[in-house]
Amino acid sequence: MIGRKQFSSLALSGVTIAALMVAPCPLFADTFLEPAGQIASDQRSHLLWVTGITMIAVIPVFVLLPLILLRYRRGRSGATYKPRWEYSLPLEITMWGVPLFLVGVLSLALWQSTHKLDPYKPIEGAGPPVNVQVVGLDWKWLFIYPDLGIASVGELAIPVDQPVAMTLTTDTVMQSFIISSLAGQIYAMPGMTTELHVMADTVGAFEGENTQYNGNGFVGQKFMTRAMDTADFDGWVQKVKSDGVALDEAAYGVLARQSSQEEAHKGLASGAMPSDAIWFTLPDIHLFHKIVGRYHTGKPLPLAAQPGTVEFSAATQEAAQ
Amino acid sequence: MHAVEVNQHPGLNLTQHSDVHVPKNATVIFGFWIFLMSDMVFFGLMFAIYITMIGATADGPGPKELFDFTSLALQTGALLLSSLTAGMALLVLKYNQRQRTMVLWLLATLILGLTFLTLEVRDFIAMFAMDAGPWRSGYLSAFFGLVPLHGLHVTMGCLWLVVLLIQLSIFGMVPKLKTRFMRFALFWHFLDLIWIGIFSIVYFGAWTYG
Amino acid sequence: MTYQDIFGRLTLDALPFTAFIRAPSVNEAVASTAASIVVVGALTVLFLLTRYRLWGPLWRDWLTSTDHKKIGIMYIVFSLVMMTRGVIEGVVMRTQQAFGLDGGFLQPDHFAQLFSTHGTIMIFFVAMPFVAGFINYVMPLQIGARDVAFPVMNQISLGLTVASGVMLMVSLVVGKFSTGGWSAYPPYTGAAFNPGVGPDYWIWAIVVSGLGTTLSGINFATTIYKMRAPGMTFFRMPLFTWTVVCSSILMVFALPPLSVAALLLGLDRYLDFHFFTNDLGGNMMNYANLFWLFGHPEVYLLVLPAYGMFSEVFATYSAKRLYGYTSLVIATMSIAVLSFTVWLHHFFTMGQSALINAAFGIATMLIAIPTGVKVYDWMATMYRGRIRISVPMIYGIGFLVLFVIGGLTGVILANPTIDYQVHNSLFLVAHFHNVLIPGVLFGLLAGYNYWFPKAFGFRLNERLGRRSAFLWIAGFSLTFFPLYFVGLMGMPRRSFSYTDPAFVPYMIVAVLGAFCIFSALITILVQLKVSIKERDQNRVPIGDPWDARTLEWSIPAPPPEYNFALLPQVRERDEFAMAKIEGRAYAAEGDYEDIEVPKNTPIGFVLCVLSGVWMFALVWWIWWLAALATALIILAVILWTFDIDNEHVIPAADVRKAHEAWLEQIRLTKPVDRDHEADPSNQGLAKTELEG
Repeated sequence: MIGRKQFSSLALSGVTIAALMVAPCPLFADTFLEPAGQIASDQRSHLLWVTGITMIAVIPVFVLLPLILLRYRRGRSGATYKPRWEYSLPLEITMWGVPLFLVGVLSLALWQSTHKLDPYKPIEGAGPPVNVQVVGLDWKWLFIYPDLGIASVGELAIPVDQPVAMTLTTDTVMQSFIISSLAGQIYAMPGMTTELHVMADTVGAFEGENTQYNGNGFVGQKFMTRAMDTADFDGWVQKVKSDGVALDEAAYGVLARQSSQEEAHKGLASGAMPSDAIWFTLPDIHLFHKIVGRYHTGKPLPLAAQPGTVEFSAATQEAAQ
Repeated sequence: MHAVEVNQHPGLNLTQHSDVHVPKNATVIFGFWIFLMSDMVFFGLMFAIYITMIGATADGPGPKELFDFTSLALQTGALLLSSLTAGMALLVLKYNQRQRTMVLWLLATLILGLTFLTLEVRDFIAMFAMDAGPWRSGYLSAFFGLVPLHGLHVTMGCLWLVVLLIQLSIFGMVPKLKTRFMRFALFWHFLDLIWIGIFSIVYFGAWTYG
Repeated sequence: MTYQDIFGRLTLDALPFTAFIRAPSVNEAVASTAASIVVVGALTVLFLLTRYRLWGPLWRDWLTSTDHKKIGIMYIVFSLVMMTRGVIEGVVMRTQQAFGLDGGFLQPDHFAQLFSTHGTIMIFFVAMPFVAGFINYVMPLQIGARDVAFPVMNQISLGLTVASGVMLMVSLVVGKFSTGGWSAYPPYTGAAFNPGVGPDYWIWAIVVSGLGTTLSGINFATTIYKMRAPGMTFFRMPLFTWTVVCSSILMVFALPPLSVAALLLGLDRYLDFHFFTNDLGGNMMNYANLFWLFGHPEVYLLVLPAYGMFSEVFATYSAKRLYGYTSLVIATMSIAVLSFTVWLHHFFTMGQSALINAAFGIATMLIAIPTGVKVYDWMATMYRGRIRISVPMIYGIGFLVLFVIGGLTGVILANPTIDYQVHNSLFLVAHFHNVLIPGVLFGLLAGYNYWFPKAFGFRLNERLGRRSAFLWIAGFSLTFFPLYFVGLMGMPRRSFSYTDPAFVPYMIVAVLGAFCIFSALITILVQLKVSIKERDQNRVPIGDPWDARTLEWSIPAPPPEYNFALLPQVRERDEFAMAKIEGRAYAAEGDYEDIEVPKNTPIGFVLCVLSGVWMFALVWWIWWLAALATALIILAVILWTFDIDNEHVIPAADVRKAHEAWLEQIRLTKPVDRDHEADPSNQGLAKTELEG
């Protein structure tokens, strides 16, 4: 009944999928499948565990369905035919009971892991947390280190084995912040703050990004998280302090207008900075609160004062000239 | 057959002209109940939004500064009274009394409905004059998303009633028109119910807790 | 009077051709081609209708018809047209991403319009009308009713849905569609960040079609609650009808949140309200809650009727009762209720407490229980049956295998901790396509092959049906399984390009799959064409080509306007199957009566046109036209209510004559066994192989 061609097309798709599945592991660089922190690592094991448990319900379908189809095909002699059979108590108990039990087990694990890996929960680590205030802009992320008096774009430097406490907002539309190797994502929303706690346990560089579509530059809104040991981190802070440009109103205007990170780099960076990062010193350590407060003045926000709009871009460009 | 009629539709003897219409009548009224449930969800969501936005006054006027409770008392009186007159009209219909009496009750309903609308619009104009329109804050947006939505329903109800009265004068009280009057009455009582929600939550609730 | 007073913000720049002429590029060429296809397609249809003088029949037999069967067919035709566009958009997006390493041929803005229209079309203008079409056609026949409760309102629902779909087509030619995705989250879609017409097209299409769907839900629920044939108790209803009960409840309760969300966004954009704006106390989190308060039940609104179709298909082609009827009913109802308790899982990442996330995560996983029960019930239905692997069954088997994988990834995503990682990634995209294509679409296509002979009186070509089913299964697998991996590798959804070369091989496999899906769609159209050509060899006038079980198969194919000459007396579940087994099918005796059927009316078509004009005027700020259309809509509805004599009577004698002619035909027809199901000798009279 099933043609040879159709079989071969099915076989082809099966083989292709299998080939993709066994592809070498480095594919998962920069994701939680190659974790660089405890949270991502726990998330990975949770994924594998949930997949395993659910397989108890899934695999019987793959096994039984072909058997039933082969055994009870019409015209096959010798197979039982029970047209009125529509109920069996033991079968009902199994059908409802097994999924109920599995979901019960999964729910317990879900409850525990959700609480354990809550992004709002501070992490214990060596030393006090590094505070980072994250601002989503169109189309780059601004990282403010209020305690250190510096800020950066395109580069989030963190000390290894030391907790990082992030507070997030955006100064435009909603965005979603993720450094997959370290922890999951959290939304950043205008006029509101959310929190995320991460800690890297290896030195390295991991990509982070925005996952919530926010316009033409969306795909370019990525940055590097550089986890370094404490000495390197202190060195980095000193370098930013000495080489950074002041993040004053004009500089913020250039940064906050709709543009790619490269365009902002061209407008703001000096030669001392790496090509993928912009470094700032912070004249106003309350910048983050001012950004959040922009939406709570009780007055309408003119479009020219709203980063992310065409009018804001025009206004800041005019101010620059 | 008589017992069936009563079961099919307690409260309204719709079948004096024809037995055939009984199941159909039950069906249209049932469908209208489902529509009201859907509309109720719509209002319920607007109430929920309003409650979440009571604090979102953006330094603008809030519940404590805005409401004119004298006008509200009059509006409530007019609307509750109109529910009563609509109910009276339906009783006249039920007991097959004089059509003119029913029309008078319905005209009273219409006048009370229009009174309500006039008072409501007057309140809105006063609020606009205080720069308290939906443009001012999230709170006022939620207010003007919910209360005029009810007002719009009342307006549609008034229009519906006018159309029904015209149809009554053209066709007389045919069975089809009877169920329309009945659905209109359901709609009108439903708007009363919503208004009680608005009065308790939008006005009193927000005024007390806002 | 100024230009703006007359034309609002509509200018020549709104046409894609203008942009192409000014600055030719591949991107603009694609846009212009798409617009041309729409225009040429519309003109071709108009020309053909005129050429073959079909305007009269089209108007009399279809556009003004209030027959639920014809309305059902029109829904399905409309959804197939929209599906063609949706699939082509999918193929274009896959192609873009296959070439998307550091670029591709489309501009990001164009890509964003593609994913926004693709999602909006596939959900609201393919899946919904496809489902509504089947419900319209099949449900009244299954419960032994002569029509739906509100035939004219049914026509109006169709009109509103089609008008909204046409708006999406218009947006391809005039102006641009939204770039905010099918969920249109503010503030991105607010007036500050997207002042153009795109989000407005989305808003009005959603509001108007949403109204149509709500009215449909009221109609279907009332029909089932009030118009079942004598003896058709709730627990004798076919399972498809049960799923329709649930689905209509979802339509009535879940569509209002969508309408509220879209209307409030509209108020923000048009009248300077502040529901979801950044400033003055607006809060976009309310939008997310409203949208998904609709969005999640919506999934079940679509998938439950598909489950119902599979239930019919598995029982019929296994020649066996449905196993676990009561279990399936309970499972269906539980899913419908639970679907309202899980919406927050669409935004676990919005920063609420772990407690709330855990509660909604567990509620989400609970849905896996009744869904799992269903899968096993269907397998138990086939167990100890006599299974015939025909086209609907191929879809059914493909569904079972692929859908459990979608269920697995659903359970994975229900875990907030994992969702934090794969939310907004292609993993999620793969997951919902995995439930919507094998779940919903395969069900609908199985239903299409299953019920087509009932609707048109001839069977579809079996060979091409098989080919398209295999192409769908292979195409789906090739397209979406790679996306799971790319998602795990960290590619966010809605990315028009990427920088990681490791994605490329996966994307190439996916685009091959997409072309496979496209050829599956073409095969369906070819199947239709071939089947129409060969219709005389495949006629099944008696109406039961599959030796099926439920009432719709007990009447001629196609059924008469009034469906049942004699209202069936239902004694048990699977009434028609039992009647065949007990030899009491096709009974002649009975009291024929005059049958009232609704007259034709143009109101649905009029409202379709007027609401289309109304939407267009609002989108382009042509205020005088919007006001005029509003007034005309109200006037049309009022005038329609003045037509109170809107039924005509088919005399009992005519009904008897037609019915007896059919019974005579049955006596002359040779019953066929299941070996000849696909033969020309199958004229729809089954030599039943069912056993009691």
